[in-house]
Amino acid sequence: MLINKRKNVILKPINFMALLCMVFASFFASANNWNSPYTQQQIKQETLFSAFSSPPKHLDPVVSYNSNEWAILSQIYEPPLQYHYLQRPYTIEPLTLTDLPQTQYLDKKGNVVSKQSNNIEFTEYLFELKKNIQYQNHPAFVKDSANNYKYHQLLSLQLEQISNINDFQEAATRELIAADYVYAIKRMALRQNHSPILDSMLPYIEGLEGFSKIVSKQFQNELKASGAQSKTLYFNLNNYNISGVQVIDKYHFKIRIKGVYPQFLYWLTMNFFAPVPWEADKFYKQPGLVEKNLTLDTSPVGTGAYYLAENNPNKRMRLVANPNYHPAFYPTSGLAEGADKALLDDAGKQLPFIKEVVYTLEKESVPLWNKFLQGYYDASGVSSDSFDQAVSISGAGNMNLTEQMREKGIQFLSQIEPTIYYFGFNMADPIVGGYSEKQQKLRQAISIAVNFEEYISIFMNGRGLTAQGPIPPGIFGYEEAEKGINSVVYNWKSNHLQRKSIEYAKQLLAQAGYPGGRTKDGEALSLYYDTAATGPDSQSELNWYRKQFAKLGINLIIRATDYNRFQDKIRGAKGQMFSWGWNADYPDPENFLFLLYGGNATINTNGGGVNSANYDNPEFNRLFEQMKTMSNGPERLAIIKKMVTIAQQDAPWIWGFHPKSLALYHSWYKNVWPNALANNTTKYKRIDAQERYNKQQSWNSPVIWPLILVVFILFISIWPLKRAYQQRQKTVIASQEASKGEQK
Amino acid sequence: MFAYIVRRLLFAVPILIGVNVITFALFFMVNTPDDMARAQLGAKQTTPEMIQSWKQDHGYDKPLFFNHNSTGLDKVSDTLFVQESLKLFTFDFGQSDSGRQISSDIYERMWPSLAIALPTFIIGLVTNIAIALLIVLFRGSTLDSITMGVAVAIMSISGLFYIIAGQVLFSKTWHWVPISGYADGIEGIKFLILPVFIGVFAGIGAGVRWYRSIFLEEITKDYVRTARAKGLSEIKVLFGHVLQNGLLPILTGVVVVIPTLFMGSLIMESFFGIPGLGSYTIDAIQSQDFGIVKAMVFLGSVLYIIGLILTDISYTYFDPRVKLS
Repeated sequence: MLINKRKNVILKPINFMALLCMVFASFFASANNWNSPYTQQQIKQETLFSAFSSPPKHLDPVVSYNSNEWAILSQIYEPPLQYHYLQRPYTIEPLTLTDLPQTQYLDKKGNVVSKQSNNIEFTEYLFELKKNIQYQNHPAFVKDSANNYKYHQLLSLQLEQISNINDFQEAATRELIAADYVYAIKRMALRQNHSPILDSMLPYIEGLEGFSKIVSKQFQNELKASGAQSKTLYFNLNNYNISGVQVIDKYHFKIRIKGVYPQFLYWLTMNFFAPVPWEADKFYKQPGLVEKNLTLDTSPVGTGAYYLAENNPNKRMRLVANPNYHPAFYPTSGLAEGADKALLDDAGKQLPFIKEVVYTLEKESVPLWNKFLQGYYDASGVSSDSFDQAVSISGAGNMNLTEQMREKGIQFLSQIEPTIYYFGFNMADPIVGGYSEKQQKLRQAISIAVNFEEYISIFMNGRGLTAQGPIPPGIFGYEEAEKGINSVVYNWKSNHLQRKSIEYAKQLLAQAGYPGGRTKDGEALSLYYDTAATGPDSQSELNWYRKQFAKLGINLIIRATDYNRFQDKIRGAKGQMFSWGWNADYPDPENFLFLLYGGNATINTNGGGVNSANYDNPEFNRLFEQMKTMSNGPERLAIIKKMVTIAQQDAPWIWGFHPKSLALYHSWYKNVWPNALANNTTKYKRIDAQERYNKQQSWNSPVIWPLILVVFILFISIWPLKRAYQQRQKTVIASQEASKGEQK
Repeated sequence: MFAYIVRRLLFAVPILIGVNVITFALFFMVNTPDDMARAQLGAKQTTPEMIQSWKQDHGYDKPLFFNHNSTGLDKVSDTLFVQESLKLFTFDFGQSDSGRQISSDIYERMWPSLAIALPTFIIGLVTNIAIALLIVLFRGSTLDSITMGVAVAIMSISGLFYIIAGQVLFSKTWHWVPISGYADGIEGIKFLILPVFIGVFAGIGAGVRWYRSIFLEEITKDYVRTARAKGLSEIKVLFGHVLQNGLLPILTGVVVVIPTLFMGSLIMESFFGIPGLGSYTIDAIQSQDFGIVKAMVFLGSVLYIIGLILTDISYTYFDPRVKLS
């Protein structure tokens, strides 16, 4: 019996059952589907339901550098520039600026010179902000009647009432000003903020290195003196200035770059350069808030289309449309070739369309996929487990949706990602490395033998494109079909790529000094493949690599280790062969060709460089230096072509593949268009909530008969059980009486 | 009893120090502070300056067990081990390496874990005991054989199968409950029904077999014959006498688990999207977050010790012959 203490009465089991029945009845009688994870109100409004697989660690714009974090963060913060949503090739456009920044070139003395001048010492960018852009409402901006910030010195009594940022009674906003962008760069320069791009920016932004040293040292001194933690020490960066980053007035600021670095504009589309109001920085340094996990790293303050209304990285992140969002409109032009014209249906309309975005943590792909099929997620990727259920591949190799998907009105989009996965040779290795003709031929022979078309088919469900060089499709310098062919590995026949034969590869191997894959001593050539893939799932892939090398008679020895040791080996140029990958930071060939630039070789940079293969060809390096600051055009293209040809000939990588992403989405999800580089795209998308509600209802009505059957079986099993019990009781009594009789 | 508890708690101190030493040694054998810095910084290119700054900020620039550069007692006390361990003994778990307050995270995540673990534990215990007693009632019958066969079959199948099959059957096919998710309060009941049911069902095989063997041992004892001789029905004999006397061995395995219930279940929470503590430690090991690893290992050890002490105390409650001294 349960005792209800408040009323001091005893709830009899029958009452308890009645209560339980009421709970269940209310659950079953609800107008919403039983299996709906959301409330009816959420479903019926323009809410986007999405998922994330790993909790975001950082939401501080100068720290965050992870795609799952940027998927959220980019809806909240607004760097000065953004990518055009629809246009291809990728094009940047102003976001909070009135126009693209004005660029001028300066000589040593600060005089303006022409772009073609040989005396360019600096490039100066002048930025003009749009007026009346407001931040989201936030307690950091609230002032009292005496014009002091109300919540910048919270008392413990006030803190007791606060567990999240919505618990503050008041919130206010203020206008975005140029100083906020400058403050963000200053925060980046403070070492103790651990910005992952600080060291990449130091060589470019004038004065940044000196500024960083001064403020980091000063901050460290203050830390020691106060005994505080870096998270709770507010350090007024406004007291220090960077010579190359200056506020001109409320709406104008300028950044001076050393030399010419046109790729810098691409960096300005990233959240590292998003504005940070000093008030928020100071507000979040209060120890009482840090103890409650309320920091700039968990509770962003931005001017974007959305603000973070709920942050539980282990459960749910919720974005809500920012009521203060400045006028921004859906693109009216720039539709990429071959794109659906319906993408311009909302042209010129004010953004954003979606009122709320709910990201739910789904660690496993099975529930994620099933919820997508039930209509509870608006879009989904396709994992290997569900690939056959979602996609059928025609005889011609084209991907189509299966009948089941088409019946549900599901649509799909695919694109080749600006990414490359490659198989690298350590060029500093005495066997697979080196630049002699024989060493080149060994790598070329292996490049032919390792069949990445087969790899894509077996391990990627066909979702990839074999790479011909380092530059992926969509990036300037990539050439299609015969023009872009890697003639070391492929022939062009009947308008198709054809991998060169194994016999030809064997000839190359013999010319390299390993006839039949044997060394001079007659032993099989053994090569070593270093990998961090140690799990049972990786065995099939590793066996596949062994088989590829075995085609040439080469014995491939796998050296599997944990990821830390693997990285150590690569950084120390101790590995022989390895697999690695690179995602584009920005759509410029420099971002891929620098992976092969000698100046970035790990062996030349004490392990800090990105050229893991340690490729260091003087001619390639010279051309890279020439190409990296050029504007896109025929001249630059010709140089890139030369560089790619040199690299193809030297074969420091087996060029691997560019992955193809596949996204499925429901018919009620509108304006969906893949953009691998833009992250702030939620504002362009639209949900037809009524259509979604209707379909969810029709797809998820509960099946009652098994429930009735279970109740019926339970009911009819009572009688035989009762009979059996009575029988057992009689047997026990009889056996006891019998044993008594025996005892007598 | 008080003296006994105090003694047991004092014994716990060297155990916890030992656990800490092993945790520190094992973790840093696999991960160097430089590796940890690289993993946390998440940069495509990490420079020595970035690594040094991160280590300094997180205290990993100190030696692990012995500081050659210090003098006197500082050689031992100015080390990562002593400074971090001392904090743990005051239950100050500090910050994770990614900057979040560990105590807040544990507090926030323990409730969802408990929301699944507690009903699963209670319903599972009651169900298993009830079925075991029912089987004992019909011992030697066809029902006994069939139930034991089913119990072995249930035990033999992986828990993952029940989760996926349960999601497909009850949510995807029959649309009774959500596949995964979590909500606070009464709204959350619909998310808990399936994981609790699966948790209970998956545990039935092992539980019923174990309890059955305990009760079968009890049912042959003299007091049972006496109870029957008094004319008590079989149900009264089983539930009134056998159950009470069979509880002692059951307590051995059950009470020790109670304090650790809120540590959660990795697989169950991952598949059902429950924001509990189940994956907290594993995720931390994967992301090389030593702050969380050391806190969770310490907490797990403390809870286990508390569980053992509670088991001893519960003996005295259920069996007056047992005295703790």
